Amino acid sequence: MKKKTLFWRKLNDRFHTLFSAASVFIAVTGMILVLYTVVIRGMDAVSLDFFLNSSRPYGVEGGGIANAILGSVMITVFAAVLAIPPAVLAGIFLSEYPDAGRAVAVLRFAANVMMGVPSVLVGLFVYVIIVVPSGHFSGFAASVSLAVIMFPLIMRTTEDMLGMVPNSLRESSLALGMTKMRSILCIVCRSARNGLLTGILLAVARVSGETAPLLFTAMFADAWPSDFFTRPTANMPVLITEYTTNSPFAEMHTAGWGASLVITAAVLAVNIVTRIVFREKNNAG
Amino acid sequence: MQAKIEARDICFYYGDHQALFNNFLSVEKNKITAVIGPSGCGKSTHLRIYNRIFELYRNQRVTGKLLLDGVDILGPDTDILELRRRIGMIFQKPTPFPMSVFDNVAYPLRLHFKLSRSEIADRVEDALKSASIWDEVKDKLSSSGLALSGGQQQRLCIARAIAAEPEVILMDEPTSAIDPVATLKIEELMVELRKRFTVMIVTHNMQQAARISDYTAFFHKGEIVEYNDTKTIFTNPKCKKTEDYITGRFG
Amino acid sequence: MNAVWAKKNLTDSVFRMLCVCCAGFTGLLMLAFFVQLYVESYGAWEKFGINFIISSEWDPSRDVYGALPGIVGTLSTTAIALVIALPLSFAAAMYLSDAAPLPGAVLSHAVDLLAAIPSVIYGMWGLFLVTPVMQDYVQPFFSETLGLSQVPGLRLIFGPDYNGFGIFTAGVILALMIMPYICAVMRDVFRMTPPMLRESAYGIGCTRWETARDVVLRYGIRGILGGVFIGLGRALGETMAVLFVIGNVMEMPETSYSGATTIASAIANNFSEATGMQRSALFALGFILLAMSFGIQVLAQYYLHATGAKRGESR
Repeated sequence: MKKKTLFWRKLNDRFHTLFSAASVFIAVTGMILVLYTVVIRGMDAVSLDFFLNSSRPYGVEGGGIANAILGSVMITVFAAVLAIPPAVLAGIFLSEYPDAGRAVAVLRFAANVMMGVPSVLVGLFVYVIIVVPSGHFSGFAASVSLAVIMFPLIMRTTEDMLGMVPNSLRESSLALGMTKMRSILCIVCRSARNGLLTGILLAVARVSGETAPLLFTAMFADAWPSDFFTRPTANMPVLITEYTTNSPFAEMHTAGWGASLVITAAVLAVNIVTRIVFREKNNAG
Repeated sequence: MQAKIEARDICFYYGDHQALFNNFLSVEKNKITAVIGPSGCGKSTHLRIYNRIFELYRNQRVTGKLLLDGVDILGPDTDILELRRRIGMIFQKPTPFPMSVFDNVAYPLRLHFKLSRSEIADRVEDALKSASIWDEVKDKLSSSGLALSGGQQQRLCIARAIAAEPEVILMDEPTSAIDPVATLKIEELMVELRKRFTVMIVTHNMQQAARISDYTAFFHKGEIVEYNDTKTIFTNPKCKKTEDYITGRFG
Repeated sequence: MNAVWAKKNLTDSVFRMLCVCCAGFTGLLMLAFFVQLYVESYGAWEKFGINFIISSEWDPSRDVYGALPGIVGTLSTTAIALVIALPLSFAAAMYLSDAAPLPGAVLSHAVDLLAAIPSVIYGMWGLFLVTPVMQDYVQPFFSETLGLSQVPGLRLIFGPDYNGFGIFTAGVILALMIMPYICAVMRDVFRMTPPMLRESAYGIGCTRWETARDVVLRYGIRGILGGVFIGLGRALGETMAVLFVIGNVMEMPETSYSGATTIASAIANNFSEATGMQRSALFALGFILLAMSFGIQVLAQYYLHATGAKRGESR
């Protein structure tokens, strides 16, 4: 019986091992390149004024991004306030009421579909239900659109995290005579606390960089975000978009890079800190 | 007569933890050698050195010599792919690959040999017959190997191991996940296999060892306490510990 | 005693209702998206009918609109992204699931962080750094140095005219963006493979690559497909990263180096100035995109659900 030469099989294996390592290298290099560019170019823009002054139209000296930072924070925080409580309750429903049968499966499916809806469509949706009837762009509309994106994300992580809580814990707390509500809120959610917080923080970090839906909801303004509910509100992602695509001026580009640096640093910081702080619960991933 | 495999002064470590201590063992050709002992005594660990499957894991290392036909296979010159072709392995649970019954057996053939289609078909049939499963699967060769029953899956795995034309077959508690009737079939099969291969079997089932094996090694806490022909071990053990174990006083 | 019991029951059922309402909200939201996009785009569907999908004309001055350029742009950028990202993700996941604990964990997190960077940053990076490199080095290399623009079949991909913008560049950036998603799913699938199955593949003399290709890949194929569909969904709907580098031309692209548009970037680019029939046409584009992403999600869930069931069974 003729043997196959081991040489080719081994060479093939070598090749794929090398290709594997190269793939990781490409991914990580891509990330480092992006970060490097953002840091190098963004550093030029960063100064104290940059963080303290509001943005100004081209030609006016001393513009900053303070209004956009504040606007972004307001939009994101308000979105979180809108989305987190109901999304956690919705996740509780999926995880803790399996007796609801088909309804759970259908709603889980709906949440998965909503997770996949392109964010630009969320922008269109909120534009029609809020911006058009109210007659103006507003930070509030932007918050609603981010909340819509966040909702299914938090709902599904809540379900997953509660699903990891052992059933014995539920049974023993119910056996102590607790109501189901207390058992869920005080025992189940508490023991899944780290996972829940991780999921929620990552979801918030993720939507804070969303741009497309803000284009038709918050728009942009050089003013401070004083009329959050009734006026276009400054925010970081749209500032970056405007300064890079709609402006031929180098100063604007630099400011755009500065803003990119700030938002990237913020998002990555939240990600890294979350992962480190809650690591022991999550080291499987 | 030279032993088929000879272990000389084998020590094994999981990281800093030593699991095997100075194991000496010589395995006779065309015999069934059973390895028994309480759980955690290192019997599986010992077996997993023979085809160097432990090397998949970091922190596991071995010292000593393991001679296959007089050649040390633990050295750096050993070709590990060829070694694993020569020494097949069967696991605690059936592990059919996620492919058809036919492909499961044809896979190692295609891997190691240059064969025409018809040669492959012939050899697959031979292997399935040798594993006494041909009659049960000949009509469903193209259905998934995962669709068979547990006992059939395990015999399919044996057929797969046979197909690569090994010299030694290692079995790591091959019937522990299988019902008694199917176990009996596999035991009969092992006795058949002895004619062509050298078989080593790890088992926690002492009756099984007594029924089918020619030689038995008793492991305790990583050491080979006693090694002799099976009859002697079960009727006239030299060590007190062996006697305690086979009479069920511990383990 | 009875009163207490009744009260307990009452709080519980109120709480349950509350949860039901919150969860039901997602269902409503999903329906609302379809209904609203359909209603808003009704004008376009009424005027152009099915022609809207197959017409390649997009001319606001004559008020004639067709979705084909957007659809073609969306599908071709996605295809390029997948062709690049799939082998890379598979190989990277293979490496990560086998790597030593410490570097493995660090690299895994690095790949995860890649997914956390906002897409607008990728867009900006693409605009200022990738497009010049594409124009000066990559595209001339393929088209001229290798002469691929003269090869009949490959002309569609490597065209003779290029300026750095277009489908190819967008696809490359999308590939980098979706890779972490696909890679994460594949890594989990690899780790889910029973160790004994891997051992038995090695046990008959497979190399690492043969084990991965013939056993692990087959075993986890459904989960991997699910991961692919998730990446696909992201690539289809990605707006900002594409918007910056695709060129935003509402025409049928001739080659992958041509400026083009995708549905998402067309909406982002034109919506604020659009009125009347054009706005309706943009909503119609949105409806098509929603339908696409819905289809992809259904497939993704179908495949991931099946592996989830398998996972539950084996534990």
